[in-house]
This record gives sequence, structure tokens and C-alpha cells, in this order.
Amino acid sequence: MSIQPILELKDVHSGYGSIKALKGISLKVMPGEIVAIIGANGAGKSTTLMTICGIIKAEKGEIYYAGQLINKVSAEKLPTMGLCQVPEGRRIFPRLTVMENLRLGAFHRDDIDQIMKDIQHSYEMFPILGERKKQQGGTLSGGEQQMLAIARALMTKPKVLLLDEPSLGLAPIIVQQIFDIIAQINKEEGVTILLVEQNANLALHAASRGYVVETGEITLEDEADVLLSNPKIREAYLGE
Amino acid sequence: MEYFIQQLINGITLGGMYALIALGYTMVYGVIQLINFAHGEFFAAGGYVGAIALGYFSGIGYMETHPVICLTASFAMAMAYCAYLAVGVEKIAYKPLRKESRLAALLSALGMSIFLSNGLMLTQGVYDKIYPSELFQGRFDFGMVTISYLQIMIVSLTACLLVGLNLLVFKTKIGMAMRATAQDKTMSALVAIGSNRIISLTFAIGAGLACAAGIMYGLYYGSVRYDMGFVPGIKAFAAAVLGGIGNITGAMLGGLIIGMVEIFGAGYISGEYKDVFAFIILIGVLYFKPNGIMGENIDDTRV
Repeated sequence: MSIQPILELKDVHSGYGSIKALKGISLKVMPGEIVAIIGANGAGKSTTLMTICGIIKAEKGEIYYAGQLINKVSAEKLPTMGLCQVPEGRRIFPRLTVMENLRLGAFHRDDIDQIMKDIQHSYEMFPILGERKKQQGGTLSGGEQQMLAIARALMTKPKVLLLDEPSLGLAPIIVQQIFDIIAQINKEEGVTILLVEQNANLALHAASRGYVVETGEITLEDEADVLLSNPKIREAYLGE
Repeated sequence: MEYFIQQLINGITLGGMYALIALGYTMVYGVIQLINFAHGEFFAAGGYVGAIALGYFSGIGYMETHPVICLTASFAMAMAYCAYLAVGVEKIAYKPLRKESRLAALLSALGMSIFLSNGLMLTQGVYDKIYPSELFQGRFDFGMVTISYLQIMIVSLTACLLVGLNLLVFKTKIGMAMRATAQDKTMSALVAIGSNRIISLTFAIGAGLACAAGIMYGLYYGSVRYDMGFVPGIKAFAAAVLGGIGNITGAMLGGLIIGMVEIFGAGYISGEYKDVFAFIILIGVLYFKPNGIMGENIDDTRV
């Protein structure tokens, strides 16, 4: 018996009003994988993640998570099932403290002792957050906010983590740090990761497989190494 | 000097009521960016349910023997009624319009206000409804200054409600979720916070506070009327704008200031102009400092 994908999209269409942003996206993510979605600005990468999370409703097609059809599941229910997103721009609650941001990651959980332990664990993982726990989220730097956004998402106890442009607007040294953490979360905590990036080089080095999205459709899918050596990809997304 | 202190005490009493009403405006605005023009009607509805409940207790003679129980029960019933009423109003008049322009919901709010006010008139009549007067008859006299027991009750209950609300919003998980929903609804959904539940809760709390103010108003002035929600409602709205709409501390502060200005204006300038002062402040704030005292950025939503 083969392993079932933990997340699968079959011919998913969605959009904003009359604008069709996704025109039939199909993809699979296997348990424990890191999968990258790369593509230009406006190709539909973020829309794909927002559609998976139920923020934008799929007009057509099926989305399966852990074998269950989730098209009709409300957005706020999905994090309780282990499907969580770190959205583009990190979206830290700006006037909540670091501590409160983390606490809300565990909004649906009632195991208060374990929640406190998990918050401590976040501070160990990201010591800077521990130093700033009483500070308002909006006062953090971009890199710190990205760390907080990831830590907050981990507080939901995800099985699958969707990451939207974690490198956006960050200094290269911070980007490296963030990607090390992503690899660590995947390896040590066993979280499956679906990663959306404009920085194709970075994403394909972190991922095992990748999908290329152009104007709302998947145009290419392959092992990450193969994509990295594909001349078309190198020209279009790696700037060579 | 005695006159000043007396006015100060009266100002705090009235300002506290405005603060309670203003909170509902500001919290609802914080969460869904709507000026709920029907909010004053919860104040009026509260005044009526309070009058009916207290009148009943008074009629069966319980008020003399068990005043505290009667009062507590009346407040609890009225606040629960108004909370449910507000949740219903939101579901019927605002929720279907949430994705439309803000103007649509605003007009719906105005319509709701007229509907509720007329509903009250049709069911309760156009005449003043009298509050039972046997409660809190006593008073303290300090020379020229008098503080009635009723004023003490109103001010202390107001203080308790304000402190309780602050604890709820700033110290509990559900308060955290309310603030998060006000700041970013999409992100809130991504951490499993259902915004519908939070919006209902916000309406319920706001209406509950306005309702408490309505009963206090009835006790203080001795009677209520079906259209009593309009003027205090607009003054409380002025208070919310003065404090910085969306800001809870601002609404409390704004309410107190508006109450004080009204009382002092009436006392030292002219009693006939007492309703004018609040609106002078409203116009002044909108003209010179539209963000209000505590407001940061007008585009920024907050609770």
C-alpha cells in the first residue's frame, strides 16, 4: 500500500470576484516533505495557500487534507485540525505583545500547562522573542516578526505548515537563519511544509520537490534538484 | 467652592453613564468599523426592562424587604435581554452586509435605530415610564454638598463595570481574541479564532453596558421614555470620538469629559444649552483632532 498524501489539491479554481487567480491547480504533499511552490509575482502562489486555508473559497476542484475533503470546512476550524499558515507579510497582531501573539496561536487549545511549556519552548527556539516577550508585536523588526509568526503557527501544533514568502524583505543573514529554522522544524518536529517563495534558489535548496506556478496554473513539477538544473527555470527564476 | 464640588460629583455620575454607552460604540467600531447608530436603543431598552422589572418587584413588595436582590436581578435580566437583542440586531441588520460597503451597514444601523425606537413606542406607549422611587432615598450632606446614596450606587457600579471590562479585554484569552479580531480578521481565522463569535460577543458586551447605563439613568432621573436613547446615544458617540474611536480607555475618558462639560456648562454658563456642549466638543474634535485623544491612526483599527 502506498503512502497517502497529507495534502492534495485536484484541479482547484478560485479567485477574487470576477478575477480568476487559480485556473486548475493540482498538487500533492506527502507527509514529512518540504515542497516548494515557486513563481513570479501575481502567479497565484499566495492565492493557492489562502484557498487551502479556506480564506478564499475554492470555486471548483477538491482539496484533501489527511484524506478528508476540506473545501467546505471553515477557515477557523482548519488550524484545530493541524493545518496552519504563516501568511505573507507575517501578519503579527501589532498591538498585542509577543507573549499574547504566541498565546493566541494556541487559542483552540485548553491544556494550559502544556501551552506555557510550548511558549517557553518558543523562547528557547527564538531567544530574541523571550527577550521581547512584553513588547508589542508591531515594534519588532521584520526578522523578529517572521520568527514570531513561525513560533505562533507552531503553537497551533500543526501537522502541515504553509509558509508564504518567509524571506520577503529580510536581510540575507536573517533569511539564512529563518531557513535553518524551517529545516529544523521539518526534521525535529516532523512538520510537513509547503513553502511559497519568489526566491526560487532558496526555496528549491530547502525543498525536496517543487512546483512552478504561472498565471494560476502549474506549468512544471519535479524534484527540486532537477528544477534547479533546468535551464528554463534558471533563466526565468534564478536570474541567469 | 461647594457648588464646584457638587457639580463635580454630578458630572462624574453623568459622565460614567456616557462612558458606559460610549464603550459599545467604540468596541463595535474597533471590531467591524461600523458606527452602530442603533446603539442608543439598547440604552433605552435597558431603561425599560429595568423599569418593568423594578416596578414588578416594587408591586409585590419585595423592594422594601430585599432591595439588593431586586436590584441585582433587574440589572441581570435587563442586561441579558439587551445582550441578546444586540446579537440579534447584528445577525439581521449588519452581518448580511459585512462584505458590502460600509455605508450600507451604516444606513442599516440608522434604520434599525428607528425600528427599535418605534417598536418601544408601540409596545410601551409614548408617555414617561416612572421608576419606583423607594430605592436609595438617603443621602449624605456635607455642608452645601450632597451625595445621594443613588449617586454612590451609580458611580460604584459604573466603576465595577469599567474595571471588569478592562480585565476582560486586557487580561483574558477571549479579550485577547477580541483585540486580535479587531486588528486582523484574516490572521485571527488562521489561528482558529472565529470572528462571528467574537463580533457577537462584542455586540453583547456593548449592549449590556449601555443597558446598565439605561437603568441607572432611569433611577437617576426617575423615569424613562421611548426616545431616550437618541440624545444620550449621540452624546456618548461624541465621547467615543473624543476619546479616539476604537480605543476603550479613550471611550471611558471621553465619557467622563463629556459628562463634566455638560454639567459644568449647565451650571456655570446656561442650563438651556446643556445639550449643546457635547456637540461643540464633537465638532471641535472632528475639526482639530479627528483621531481623538487616545487615537493613533485613523485607518488603523483597534480595540
